[in-house]
Amino acid sequence: MDELFFWLFAAGMIGFGLAVVLGRNPVASALCFATTMVFMAALFVMLNAFFLAAVQILVTAGAVMVLFLFIIMLLDVNSPEQRPRQRIWMACTFVLALGFVYLMARVLDANPQGTATADSLGNAPATIQLYPHVSPREFRQIEAGQRSALAPVTEPNDDTHQIGRVLFTRYVAPFEVTSLLILVATIGVVVLCKEPAALRRKTPAEIDGDKDPETGPALTRTR
Amino acid sequence: MITLNHYLAVAAVLFVIGLMGVIMRRNLLVIYMSLEMMLQAANLTFVAFARFNGRIDGQIFVFFVITVAAAEVAVGLALIVALYRLRQTTQVDALTTLKF
Repeated sequence: MDELFFWLFAAGMIGFGLAVVLGRNPVASALCFATTMVFMAALFVMLNAFFLAAVQILVTAGAVMVLFLFIIMLLDVNSPEQRPRQRIWMACTFVLALGFVYLMARVLDANPQGTATADSLGNAPATIQLYPHVSPREFRQIEAGQRSALAPVTEPNDDTHQIGRVLFTRYVAPFEVTSLLILVATIGVVVLCKEPAALRRKTPAEIDGDKDPETGPALTRTR
Repeated sequence: MITLNHYLAVAAVLFVIGLMGVIMRRNLLVIYMSLEMMLQAANLTFVAFARFNGRIDGQIFVFFVITVAAAEVAVGLALIVALYRLRQTTQVDALTTLKF
């Protein structure tokens, strides 16, 4: 069952990824990109990273893609690329891609960890444990009816809680730096998007103000 | 059975697709999307290693990568808008002022 879903999601991800690159319409590319990200979130779920899967859908497939689509519509670059692609570049790209895939195959072949399966690891913390203080063997020995008598879990142990715990202890300094980075990005975007004064067209209110200095400012104030 | 190598191979293929897009496409916005796809391929590698090594740290890194990528997209798209305002194009062929 796992295998079926893995191949389904992987094929979907790669198929839509190719559609992003090979399509000619930017809007179609953006939508295919969003679908690629949804498939990747599904792969995250298969890797037991539930929190990251949700973040992936919300942030990448949601916020980032809306931003992309918004800019595409705003700039009106809906028209396909005019000139056909040069064949020499296409050929070079495919040779490069094949070379990279060959190198990756060699690396993966030599990877000592490569054949590890998730089941062969007993220590994976990214698996949800309802009763972390009871070992799986003990849990199986307890009768199904008596399981509710187990001591309640004092500390939740799912992946969201684990991420939160590690993020705010070991990685708290990078976390704070990230907040600074987002602040810088916000200010940067405002500065970049501000129209230069030379390019700016006057608003009707300002033109009125130029014509009639008596009523102009009063009008803008009442508005 | 799905092993670590399966996930790494899929991530590598997605990375190559993104690389192809960066080289092949001429629309600045699509190039930018392909760059984003390369970042996401690296994310998949991180999560796969986190799962198969039994440590949560890889997922923390993905969290940071998603955050930084979102900030990067905002700034990059603002740059593209500023560029479009000056040149009325998003085709990289038209932007050759700095070409030697």
